[in-house]
Amino acid sequence: MDKSTREEIGKEVIKRLKEKFGEALIANLKEEEALSLDIIVRAFSNIIFDEREQLIKLGSKTQSRAFFNVGQTRVFMQTLLVANACKSLIESGKTTSIRSLYYSTKHNIGNTKENTFEEQGESNPIIEDIEVNINALREELHLRANSKGAMVGNLTIIDSGDEIDLRKMGSGGWAVPSIVEPHTIQFKKCDAKFVLFIEKDTVWGRFNEDKFWKKHNCIIVHGGGQPPRGVRRVVKRMHEELKLPIYVLVDNDPWGFYIYSVVKQGSMKLAYESARMAVPDAKFIGLSSYDQEKYTLPDEVTIKLNDGDKKRIKELLNYKWFQKKEWRKELESMLKKGVKLELEALSSKNIAFITDTYLPEKIERKEWLS
Amino acid sequence: MVQYKEVAISEFFEKNSHLLGFDNPTKALLTVVKEAVDNSVDACEEANILPGIIVKIKSVKKDVFQVTVEDKGPGIEEKYVKKVFGKLLFGSKFKSLGEAGMQSRGQQGIGISASILYSQLTTGESALIESKVKNKMHYSCRLIIDTSKNIPIIEDEKKIESVKEQGTKITLKLKGVYRRVKGPEGFLKYVAIANPHAQITFFSPEGNKKVFKRVITKLPKKPKKVKPHPHGVELGTLIKMLARTKSRTLQAFLMNDFSKVGNTGAKEICDLVKLNLQTRPNAITREQISKLMDSMEQVKLQRPPTDCLSPIGEENIIKGLRKEYPADFVAACTRPVAVYRAIPFQIEVGLVYSKELPIDKQVNLVRFANKVPLFYQQSECGIYKAVVKTQWKRYGLQQPSGSLPIGPLVLAVHVASIWVPFISEGKQAIAPYPEIVKEIKLALSELGRKLQRYLSAEQRKYARERKRKLYERYAIEVATSLSNITGKNKDDIMGLLKKEIDKRGR
Repeated sequence: MDKSTREEIGKEVIKRLKEKFGEALIANLKEEEALSLDIIVRAFSNIIFDEREQLIKLGSKTQSRAFFNVGQTRVFMQTLLVANACKSLIESGKTTSIRSLYYSTKHNIGNTKENTFEEQGESNPIIEDIEVNINALREELHLRANSKGAMVGNLTIIDSGDEIDLRKMGSGGWAVPSIVEPHTIQFKKCDAKFVLFIEKDTVWGRFNEDKFWKKHNCIIVHGGGQPPRGVRRVVKRMHEELKLPIYVLVDNDPWGFYIYSVVKQGSMKLAYESARMAVPDAKFIGLSSYDQEKYTLPDEVTIKLNDGDKKRIKELLNYKWFQKKEWRKELESMLKKGVKLELEALSSKNIAFITDTYLPEKIERKEWLS
Repeated sequence: MVQYKEVAISEFFEKNSHLLGFDNPTKALLTVVKEAVDNSVDACEEANILPGIIVKIKSVKKDVFQVTVEDKGPGIEEKYVKKVFGKLLFGSKFKSLGEAGMQSRGQQGIGISASILYSQLTTGESALIESKVKNKMHYSCRLIIDTSKNIPIIEDEKKIESVKEQGTKITLKLKGVYRRVKGPEGFLKYVAIANPHAQITFFSPEGNKKVFKRVITKLPKKPKKVKPHPHGVELGTLIKMLARTKSRTLQAFLMNDFSKVGNTGAKEICDLVKLNLQTRPNAITREQISKLMDSMEQVKLQRPPTDCLSPIGEENIIKGLRKEYPADFVAACTRPVAVYRAIPFQIEVGLVYSKELPIDKQVNLVRFANKVPLFYQQSECGIYKAVVKTQWKRYGLQQPSGSLPIGPLVLAVHVASIWVPFISEGKQAIAPYPEIVKEIKLALSELGRKLQRYLSAEQRKYARERKRKLYERYAIEVATSLSNITGKNKDDIMGLLKKEIDKRGR
């Protein structure tokens, strides 16, 4: 997408910002109505699971945020400060991190010692409120999240005009930026047949070192644990635009399994972005709770579940989006066995077992969950 | 006391100075001021003159002070000077329980003479008395008391023409210790509170002048003399009264020597005790007297007369407190006349709430008996006990158990009675008769409720104020943001916001 399209989007977002966080409020004031914003609730109470689309979404519950309410007046004021900062940012044509946006809105109020914001924890949720309430993407507000995650594989891309061959990225790979929208990142030449999403960068490093992507003609990507927006979005785009299947490889513990769910169905925190982020077709390739027997891994490579793990498993089992039979079997078996298994445990066979044997076999035999 | 009257009372004094308020030099100085001021105020009021009093304390040498108290009262006739100032227990106010009485500041009438005696005993100097009666010569003399014979000796009499209209002035030299805090000045401040119709000027030993201004120009209603009421009369008193009475029959005794007893009342009492109306009072046996007392107690009678008392009045208490304290809230309560042991009394309470007073200290309790401040023996006093027993937590104050409440408050409690039951001759603490404590507690709780209403209104006001400040603070940020977002004028937006804030501030 070119520069003019970007400006177009910017104008549209500003228009919505101006209406919701400006004109409507001044109209309130003039008509002597309560100075108040209706804000879509982002809490668990407003999270729904769309069975048909298999996506976590935000419901339609709203909550008023009023200036003339002692409990809400501060966050009301902060909301306008952030809205104003976003508008200026878009107008300037620059992008910035959410941390520097926090600093740009933080100052003393009048001649008091009170700050508009005391910590970034106050400003981050407001940014999300604004995204939801004017239905704008974070990228469209010109805001960057922290970027983490890397990608290599049989793909050539254009990043801000620079052509990048993801086959020649050395050991570190291409760092996935937080803004990966078509106006910044374009796909040029793709020979890959699938995308392997790996939970951890260390395991991803093993795959890259072994040139797994070359042997098996794919793209490998990791999100450094819970994947950031940029990684999720680029995975989604590869799936949609390049028609590549997505395989997810995570630790065999509730946290790994949840990462799979996030890639596939979306997260609660970004429930409003699920449609743009989630890949409902994503397949869970491992590690499965049954892999220990299947690959005859010794007992000493397993780790006992701690209380936090057990609690988390039970929590997941209660989510509406964790009710698939096979998913429940995985989690219940994990709980029954009382152990978890890290990806690195496969190295007990031999160091290249995961790349040479485990994964090719799984893909070959279509041993996955979906 | 009475049995000492005939022997040298001054010897009694020397042995018992603590009972009269001269037990230490600090207290002695205060007592001298107090007795002289009491006398002046009473004399002025009796003569229908608004009291104007000048009190001067001069340091003579270490621990010796000269006290001068001067009033513009009626003055004292030359022939009475000796009696008024010289003879212990002579004073016009002396009377015993059971005789007709009225509310007055002094009760035993020994105060000023005792002061003169104390002065004489500690410095060896005579008192200087000056008196000017209207249309007469200005009279002055020096007075000294012969302590063995209990008679005054007058020396150095002078009569001169004077332009001064009238008044009395007494000058004494005595051993004492002057305290700035809780000393004579503090005492006079309290006098000024209970007597807002008096103007008191004070010159301290440091040479400072302090004027306690008169804020009302109406004299208090004069108390009337009343006879005792039969209800609650004590056995000892009754025996004494029967022995002393001039009435020749029991009926006449009951009707003449008591108030509110008529024919019917007297008959009912006699019927109950099975005594003939015509019985001679001195013929009644001890056993019969005790029965008589019981039946006097049982018979229904009108309440004791109430016009014998001269309360300060709610309005005047408020004025008195307001002029002496910075006040955010003042309230007062004058209770109806009540009776203890057949003696009418009346309770008055005033309360000051001031943000300028310390908030973490016990309230300042100011006690008055017949408009005279009580300075010592606070914790033994019935007033203190009533304040402590009141549940101040209910009224929004902290109160550690068994002590005064905490807060920026002054509590003034006045007990007015024809006979205030002091626990000792020092007249510094009132006996905690249940009736008196109960009345004080009733008055305190009435003020407590008013205070609580004030405090919660204050709290609401404070909360409103805080809210308003909060909105005002954030409004600037909101207006700036709104102006930047919409491109509209910031001042216009601020104006709209201000209007809304004002609307809500009401």
